[in-house]
Amino acid sequence: MKPLTEIGQLAEHYDLAVVGAGPAGLSAAARASELGLSVLLVDENPAPGGQIYRSITTTPVSDRAVLGQDYWRGLDIVARLKRSATAYAARCTVWSIAPEVESDGASFEIGLSLDGRARLISARQVVLATGAQERPFPIPGWTLPGVMTAGAAQIALKSSAIVPKGRTVIAGCGPLLYLLAGQLAAAGAEIVAVLDTTPPRNWRAALTALPDFLRSPYLAKGLKLMAKARRSLRFVGGVTSLAVEGSGRLSAVRFERGGTSQSIACDTLLLHQGVIPSVNLSNAAGCAHDFDPVQHCWVPQLDDWFASSVPGIAIAGDGAGIGGAESAALRGEIAALDTARRLGRITMQERDNHAAPVRAALGRTLRGRRFLDLLYKPAAQFLAPTVDDTIICRCEEVTAGQVRDAAKRLGVTGPNQMKAFLRCGMGPCQGRLCGPTVVELIAETRGTSPAEVGYYRLRPPVKPVTLAELASLPQSEAAVKAVVR
Amino acid sequence: MFRPMSDAKSAAALSFSFDGRPLIGRDGDTVAASLLANGVTVCRETPVSGAPRAPYCLMGVCFECLVVIDGVGNRQGCMVPLRDGMAIETQHGRRQPEEIQG
Repeated sequence: MKPLTEIGQLAEHYDLAVVGAGPAGLSAAARASELGLSVLLVDENPAPGGQIYRSITTTPVSDRAVLGQDYWRGLDIVARLKRSATAYAARCTVWSIAPEVESDGASFEIGLSLDGRARLISARQVVLATGAQERPFPIPGWTLPGVMTAGAAQIALKSSAIVPKGRTVIAGCGPLLYLLAGQLAAAGAEIVAVLDTTPPRNWRAALTALPDFLRSPYLAKGLKLMAKARRSLRFVGGVTSLAVEGSGRLSAVRFERGGTSQSIACDTLLLHQGVIPSVNLSNAAGCAHDFDPVQHCWVPQLDDWFASSVPGIAIAGDGAGIGGAESAALRGEIAALDTARRLGRITMQERDNHAAPVRAALGRTLRGRRFLDLLYKPAAQFLAPTVDDTIICRCEEVTAGQVRDAAKRLGVTGPNQMKAFLRCGMGPCQGRLCGPTVVELIAETRGTSPAEVGYYRLRPPVKPVTLAELASLPQSEAAVKAVVR
Repeated sequence: MFRPMSDAKSAAALSFSFDGRPLIGRDGDTVAASLLANGVTVCRETPVSGAPRAPYCLMGVCFECLVVIDGVGNRQGCMVPLRDGMAIETQHGRRQPEEIQG
């Protein structure tokens, strides 16, 4: 591995650019590099690992039992990258990917920034391994200080060995809820309650997928996590509504269960209702996406080799649909093999031979995923908040009631039109925290489905870039002439 | 608010300030993590209503941890590693014309 610490150290051109240094990106970069491609791996974070293996090489957590065995597997994945010839740029943000204007489309122009300096480089192929983000969890008062995502608490634990101080409540649904509760308790946090919002009626749908789950690697792991967390913590199931209380800061969480309402005083509330693919970069690069009704989120259209609808761009890892860390690494390998084939480095036969055992392993890791997706599908009231003054766009402070009103009274049919009326999705997060909710609210109000409503059309730069960074970019003569009168 | 785990590995101490108040952080932490560990509960006020906000996702997605670092606004605290001597400030609402001219 060749670490790049300044933007000037990047080459003008690479065979392959991989975006994201989680399990998928690390594996894709290592595999492609082992096959002889010149590879650039770009990642926003200071150290490799993505979110699941966050700070795996630098974590100050000394007791290995706190984060669990699965976390430490990340060391092997990073070790493989270090043995490869990959050029690795940490703290480097990709803000644009576009087919190169002056080429025949066989190459991409990639806009990136490091330490406040921007560059445009080119790559013949791109693998997006930008992973997942927490599914938005809009409840009344969720913008108050003291409320965070469960993932945020896990990141704080992994990268800084800090835990919430005082009374902590975890609320929501999904496997991560139990994992996090266990990790935080082991790290010494005071977890006063875990409020489970899994709708009991989900069990009926999930049971159809039970046979596969019984043979899945998730089962033993999941049961162990659940049993451990349930033994030692206060679990409250069947929670049907959540609201944050407090002025200027969280002071309590109010919840309903079986028609009765209760409140628990707390200093920190951690929210989680599953993760969804991060689509901002793939959407802005022009890749087509579909709404997956089982995972209830937008996923890119991909072929068997994780190639997107834009020739030359593949999408691996959880960005290709939620599959977890182990499947992410395997998807990265498969995407890298096809990239090498497209560049003529290996034949189709060689690609298929290399991929066969990886595909078999991928099948095993994904077995049982459908059961989890069906069981932990969030309840409708947590996807489209019923209380009208709930903020759904945190940046522009747009409420659920405003979106409903615009959809009903003004006849707004899609999220892009909604932007024009309400500015939702136009703040710095660029729709990451409101997109799914806006779509859900429009679908609910108009009696259609998220698939029919569609999603934001996102555009580069997908992360804010300063004017100074843009102005410092080298300009071609044609670009300068285009604006000279 | 956060506190360090009792058996966390030690790291070099870094001096920084938040709204002029001198604080100590840990080398290897991000700006947002350093603020949380120091008991800072609010890092910005929104440009629309002036409501207080704090870091929410810590992974570069939500933009709630925006702060002013060494005079430059709109920095994502969760993506910027803490450096010795950093002057970090609360980001107050929207920019005023005099700030832009000044």
